[in-house]
Amino acid sequence: MIDIITNMLAMCIPFSVALLLASIGEMFNQRAGVFNLGCEGVMAMGAFVGMLIPFLAGGGGSVPQWYNALGFLAAALLGAFFGLFFGLVTVTFRAPQGIAGIGLQMFGVGTAGTLFRHFVGGTQSIPGIPDVDIPLLSRIPFLGDILFSHNVAAYLAYIFVPIAWYILFKTPWGLKVRAVGTNPRAADSMGINVSRTRYEALVVGGALAGLAGAYLSVAQAKMFSDTLISGRGFIAVALVYFGHWHPLQIMGGALLFTLAQTFQTIVQSMGISFPYELAVMLPYVLVIVVLSFTSRNQTTAPTALGKPFNREIRT
Amino acid sequence: MTRGFRIAFRVVIMALAAISAILMASIILWMIGADVSDTFYTIVFEPLTKMLHISEVLIRAIPLCIIAVGISVAYRSGIINIGAEGQMAMGLLAFTGVALAFPDVPRPLLLPLALLASMIGGGIWGFIPGILKAKLNVSELLSTVMLNYIAAQFYSLCLRTIYLDPAEQVYGTGTPQSMKLTENVWLGRITGRLHYGILLALILAVLIFILMWKTSIGFRMRASGSCARAARYGGISVGFYLAVSMAISGAFAGLAGGVELAGVHRRAIEGITNNYGFSGVVVALFGGLHPFGIIPASFLFGLLIYGSTLAPTKVGVPANIVQVMQGIIIIVIVTAQMVLSNTYFQDRVWRKYQALRKKEV
Amino acid sequence: MTEGRAFPPCLFSFISAMDNKIRSLRMEHITKRFPGVLASDDISISVSEGEVLALVGENGAGKTTLMNILMGLYQPDEGSILINDEPVRFRGPEDAFRAGLGMVHQTYMLVPNMTVTENIALGYKKAWKHLRLDMKEVRDRVMEVSSHYGLSVNPDAYIWQLSVGEQQKVELVKTLCLGARFLILDEPTSALTPQEVDELIVLLHRMTAELSIIFISHKLQEVKALSNKVTILRHGKVVFSGNTDDFSSKEIAAKMTGHEIVLPRNPGGQDRGEAVLSIKDLTVMSDRKTVALDHLSLDVSAGEIVGLAGVSGNGQRELAEAINGLRKAESGSIMFFGDDIVNKSPHDVIAKGMGYIPEERNTEGIVPSFSIKENFVLKDISSETFSSGIFTKQKKIDESAERLVKRFDVRCPGTGTAAGSLSGGNIQKVILAREIERKPRFLVAVYPTRGLDMGAVEFIHSELLKIRESGIGILLISEELDEIMDLSDRIAVIYKGSIQRVLPKAEATAERLGILMAGVKEE
Repeated sequence: MIDIITNMLAMCIPFSVALLLASIGEMFNQRAGVFNLGCEGVMAMGAFVGMLIPFLAGGGGSVPQWYNALGFLAAALLGAFFGLFFGLVTVTFRAPQGIAGIGLQMFGVGTAGTLFRHFVGGTQSIPGIPDVDIPLLSRIPFLGDILFSHNVAAYLAYIFVPIAWYILFKTPWGLKVRAVGTNPRAADSMGINVSRTRYEALVVGGALAGLAGAYLSVAQAKMFSDTLISGRGFIAVALVYFGHWHPLQIMGGALLFTLAQTFQTIVQSMGISFPYELAVMLPYVLVIVVLSFTSRNQTTAPTALGKPFNREIRT
Repeated sequence: MTRGFRIAFRVVIMALAAISAILMASIILWMIGADVSDTFYTIVFEPLTKMLHISEVLIRAIPLCIIAVGISVAYRSGIINIGAEGQMAMGLLAFTGVALAFPDVPRPLLLPLALLASMIGGGIWGFIPGILKAKLNVSELLSTVMLNYIAAQFYSLCLRTIYLDPAEQVYGTGTPQSMKLTENVWLGRITGRLHYGILLALILAVLIFILMWKTSIGFRMRASGSCARAARYGGISVGFYLAVSMAISGAFAGLAGGVELAGVHRRAIEGITNNYGFSGVVVALFGGLHPFGIIPASFLFGLLIYGSTLAPTKVGVPANIVQVMQGIIIIVIVTAQMVLSNTYFQDRVWRKYQALRKKEV
Repeated sequence: MTEGRAFPPCLFSFISAMDNKIRSLRMEHITKRFPGVLASDDISISVSEGEVLALVGENGAGKTTLMNILMGLYQPDEGSILINDEPVRFRGPEDAFRAGLGMVHQTYMLVPNMTVTENIALGYKKAWKHLRLDMKEVRDRVMEVSSHYGLSVNPDAYIWQLSVGEQQKVELVKTLCLGARFLILDEPTSALTPQEVDELIVLLHRMTAELSIIFISHKLQEVKALSNKVTILRHGKVVFSGNTDDFSSKEIAAKMTGHEIVLPRNPGGQDRGEAVLSIKDLTVMSDRKTVALDHLSLDVSAGEIVGLAGVSGNGQRELAEAINGLRKAESGSIMFFGDDIVNKSPHDVIAKGMGYIPEERNTEGIVPSFSIKENFVLKDISSETFSSGIFTKQKKIDESAERLVKRFDVRCPGTGTAAGSLSGGNIQKVILAREIERKPRFLVAVYPTRGLDMGAVEFIHSELLKIRESGIGILLISEELDEIMDLSDRIAVIYKGSIQRVLPKAEATAERLGILMAGVKEE
């Protein structure tokens, strides 16, 4: 029994990385006032490109690690490009963000699927990136397996959490992002370029979503399929609400949801006669429950979230 | 500003929108090395060349039309329903349940009963995000997506367990599906696989038109959707209409499932929903959120969806291309709408245009 | 400005330490178009060192637009800006800051969930050290400026914790921190009590020793008290420029409106009947979960107008919403013709005969995308007049709309026009028409004339008085003391969510109301 719990907890950190990165990316978007529901689509594209590069390099066989790194880089760049594109649609043209995000999601998932069929074909696995045991620390019983025996990307993602906090609250850029998401008119009157700042946040958010996708395909599943993302992008958006637009709380949320997701793996591995589908449902149900408790009376929400800014239209 | 200029402005913007949509799709096609014009021909024109193809297009237009009309009701009431996929699955389950439970009830009774059940199944699934939004301010965009995944899992679970075809257990082909449903729930066919659901879809579109524009209920729904604050001020219970509109929307999606089962598949199996729920959002937007725009729009997207199934064999383009196109179309439509409604921009263009004319004179 | 402290002596050295003075500033032939409106039409103004220019005009005359052009927020379609006779071009507010200009906007430009220091850091680029924000530097600067000018602010307070008056101080400190030597103030007194206004005027007077000021106002007493030059705008044009001292308030007023408008006044002389609206111990929370109404009690009788005076943000909005069922009350009662309507739904309150002219006319009083005729029946779509069963009677709706448009002189291309495309005055007429046509038993009117030109104000005031004549009680909520004193039979003063005092019209003077509005209890 203790083994199962250790297993479950040990899965938490590596399995939560995709949610964590995507969610922090979405947090930057929303802090700047843009609601990007296209996260799912950007993740799909990131996942596809991330695995495509090591796959093409090695044909499914082993490749030098820097090909994986290249995959991550390409995914980040592609995600950033999608961020720019979403900025064009929602910041420059001021299209309604919710429905435009759905469009981006369809476009991203569809394009990833189309390109995947052309360049890869069927299910093909790649070697992925190996786990690294941190010397000494990984030998601590129980905690060692849970905390200190994962792949490099997972460690880096978790190191990024306090960095994201610092960026948001301690740098001039973070100040700008928070201001344009709360009172863009005030930011504008102080000489801050609202559109540019929103674009920048979208680029950062997109890059993170792209990385999140690449993590899923390169480090976690070590393959790509149409159902690889299966709603993680949307859950990431929900996590931002759950985490009150704060990186540390978002991290807590990501771990909680991953715990719910690992439940299905446990059910499978234990072979108990619990319907597999119900276990898969769990995280989705959890999202709805959590949103029901956190959506009302949101006083921390960026007040300009979802509202396009136009200097010349007074409201 | 002259009337002529306004019309020209509209036409130019819409043309630009269409061109940019085609351009974006072409880029993706070019990336996979497909022949762009051949692909467009296969998807858009090929299906119109044979009667058999046209009936297949119409078969796909039927659920699209029903779903999109439902989505337009919700959208006009201020709630974006992207959960039609799940609502349709729940409709399928309810329809199958009734059909399996009462196989001997005569058709004039059982068919309406089963269709009603599919409406209730979908309606409940739509009501949930509606009431969550009204009472707890839960974003419907997120809750409906989550309910889609839940419904999909639930659907598989039912197919694999309580609905599983007993014959399937004997032969075990590996595809979980129900047994062929009783003929008492079948919809008649006009030609080929084309069934009478098409009439139902048209009637429902007209009914929704009447509901939204000729009744006080529709008035209140539209008021809630256009400006919730003013509606509340006017004594309209916005939350109530939000939930009701979502229930209607869900019921339509559920019914689309029922009609699809009764007319086409006649047994519950994986893949019936076929992304119709998401395509329905595109159709509703493309049809201007108006029943009479949605009818032609559903034909057009029926065409795209059917055409894309021809694409893999004819031009070697994966069928996923239709999802790419739908995504592009949504983005382009909402963007073009914003440009068209931007009076500031229109004004600026008008002045530029006048300045140009002055120079020429 | 609650503290009118003596000006510290070090001030002058402090300011003269700054370089490149603005000796003169001119805007010449400025033209700016918005869709359907010529917001600035060939406007020229000029200000020299140490001068105070009052920019006067009715709402919508184009004052704010002109100043936004000066700050680089809008680009003019034509015209130029000259500083010290050199043409300059401001691509954004940053360019204007660099030239030494600073503006305090009418709606404060502060981010509520950030601290005072953070708000100022937003514009204080010297403290932006790429990967680090030097908050200590900003804080020092804030303390320096605030002590120099006698503007005390708490640098670590969050904006949402501050009162309107305190926020204005933050705005002033912010502008000065960014190095402004030329101040633009957009209606700086609109949210202050008469006493706070006096203090602000004293403060600004002292500042003119080294700063030039343009201030926007439509209140003539302030113009007379503060400015040496006055420029009057009407419909985007300069109609008058001159020295303030050469003209009386009356003359300026006449030039401002273009014609002599004498607003109708309440003749008084009706006996108070029984209270028809009686509020007792009403407690209501604000959106931020703070107490907005604190055991508020107020009576209004049939056929009288009770004006509710107070600095905005003291619970006026919440009171109107609570009466109309749009905001939940924690405790207390609202007796309306003998029934308690507290926490009833808006629908029930409307059905009882309550009429309501809301604060936000564009987003609450009408559904902007709906046609005028649809907006007329917003509250009555299910009545027997306009529908049978669930089906609406299109013909009846059309007929009634045609009649109302004529009767209330709504200027529109047709009753099918989207109501949101009308001007503010016409939108208010649509709302008024609907509310009066419903034959209400009572009317709550919130800021009914805010932002309207004098013609529309006159129309609405006389309609309100007519309603009073017909024996209907009105609760009039307004931030314009003149409006309240012209129209009311009795005046209630609200402060921090409760009624300070109710005065009969005869006893209410601006001074006395001002003291009450500031929260000072009378013995």
